Amino acid sequence: MSRRTAGPEIERLIQILAKLPGLGPRSARRAVLHLIKNREKLLSPLALALAEARDKVVVCSVCGNADTVDPCSLCSDPRRDRSVICVVEDVSDLWALERAGAWSGLYHVLGGTLSAIEGVRPEDLAIASLSARAAAPEIREVVLAVNATVEGQTTAHYITDLLKPLPIKLSRLAHGVPVGGELDYLDEGTLTAAIRSRREF
Amino acid sequence: MEWREEGIVLGVRRHGETGAIVDLLTGGRGRWTGLVRGGRSRTQRPVLQEGNLVLATWRARLEEHLGNFAIEPLSLRSGWLIDDPGKLAALTTLTCLCQLLPEREPHSRLYEAARLVLDALDEPAIWPALFVRWELGLLDELGFGLDLGQCAATGTREGLVYVSPRTGRAVSREAGEPYRDRLLRLPEFLNGSQAATPNTEDIIDGFRLTGHFLSRHIFEPRNVDPPDCRERMIARILQNRPGSEF
Repeated sequence: MSRRTAGPEIERLIQILAKLPGLGPRSARRAVLHLIKNREKLLSPLALALAEARDKVVVCSVCGNADTVDPCSLCSDPRRDRSVICVVEDVSDLWALERAGAWSGLYHVLGGTLSAIEGVRPEDLAIASLSARAAAPEIREVVLAVNATVEGQTTAHYITDLLKPLPIKLSRLAHGVPVGGELDYLDEGTLTAAIRSRREF
Repeated sequence: MEWREEGIVLGVRRHGETGAIVDLLTGGRGRWTGLVRGGRSRTQRPVLQEGNLVLATWRARLEEHLGNFAIEPLSLRSGWLIDDPGKLAALTTLTCLCQLLPEREPHSRLYEAARLVLDALDEPAIWPALFVRWELGLLDELGFGLDLGQCAATGTREGLVYVSPRTGRAVSREAGEPYRDRLLRLPEFLNGSQAATPNTEDIIDGFRLTGHFLSRHIFEPRNVDPPDCRERMIARILQNRPGSEF
C-alpha cells in the first residue's frame, strides 16, 4: 500500500484531477504540485474560474451547446446564417468545427448517436427538437456532420428519413482522404468511401 | 493462453481513454470479448467498426481472463456499407442479434452464414432471403429452432404454408385452413420446395415469422425490446420493392 505523502485536501484534489481525460494519478500529482507552487498565479484563478463555470455554464436550450448564456452566443449571433443548421454528435464536435472556422450557420447538438447495443433510442437524443427546428420556414439546409462510424451514419440515415418530408436540402460531410493523408496508409473503408465520393477535378 | 482466428466485429465499448472492449464472433470459438489496447486510436478505430472482418490474436494468462486482442484488418466492409441505409440497418441488425449468443460457445455454422449474409449485402436480390434464413439459424443455435419440414397435424411434407405461432411447427394448407387467421404464413422459400426467387411479401412474411419467435423466446424472456434497426431494415426492404413509390 502506498504511503500518503500529503494532507487529505491535497490527496482529494489529486484524486479528482486524476479523473480528468488525459490525466492519471501520476500526472495529476504533478499538476497539483505545480498548482501549489504557483498558488497566487494559478491555483486561486483556477479555483475562481471553476466556481464561476459551475455557477454560470448552461446547456443552450436551442442547440445544445455549452455556454454561459441561454441561448448560447452562437445561436444569438446576428452575423450567422440562420437558414442552415449543422447537426453534430457532441459539443466537442461543435467546438472542432468552430476552431476550423469552416461553418457560419447554426448548430444542433444531438448528444450522442443511436446505438442498438448501448440501447440509445431516438428519444434519448435531441432529434425531436431538431425536427422542430428544421421545420421552421427560414431553414433551407440541414448538414449532418456526424462521425463516419457505423453508429454515426445510422443516426444520419434515421434523421434523413425523418426530415425527408420537409422542403429543405439535406447534406452530409464528405468521406475520404484527410489533408496530409497518404493513400498507402489509409484503411480500405476510407479509400472505398473516397473513391465512391470522387468528384470532377 | 493464446489463439489466433478470424472474426466479425460485433461491438466496441470504450475502456478508459484509449482502450476498447471488443466483441467478436469467431468461427471456432463463438462470441469472444477482449481488450484492445489503443483501440480508440486513429489507426484502430476504422478497423474496429461493426461488421468488419478481422484477424484476432487473443492472449491471456488464464482461459477465464478477459485477455487482450491484437487485431489486424482483413475486410473493412463497414466503409462501403455506411452510405446505404438499408445495408447499414442489416449490418447493425446482424451484429446486434449476434450479441444474443452466449459467449465462448462455438457457433461455426452461424458464423459462416453471417459472413455469407455480410458478403451478399451488395446484392439486394439475395441478402434479404439469406438474412431470414440466418435468423432461423440463430433461433436454432439458441435452442428454439423451428420445425418446418412436416405438418404438425397430418405429418405431410407437401403444401406447408403456415406455422403455428405457439409450437413453431409447420402446418399444411388443408390442416391450417380453419385457423389461418391465427397462424403465421410460411413463405415458399422456407418450406423446402424448389421455389423461385422470393418476392418482397415472402421476405416480409419470413421476417414476421422469425421476429415472432425471436420476441417470444429471446426478447420477452430477457425483458428487452427487439432492436430498432431490425424494423428499419424491414422498412427499407419494403421501400425498395419494385413498384414502391419511394
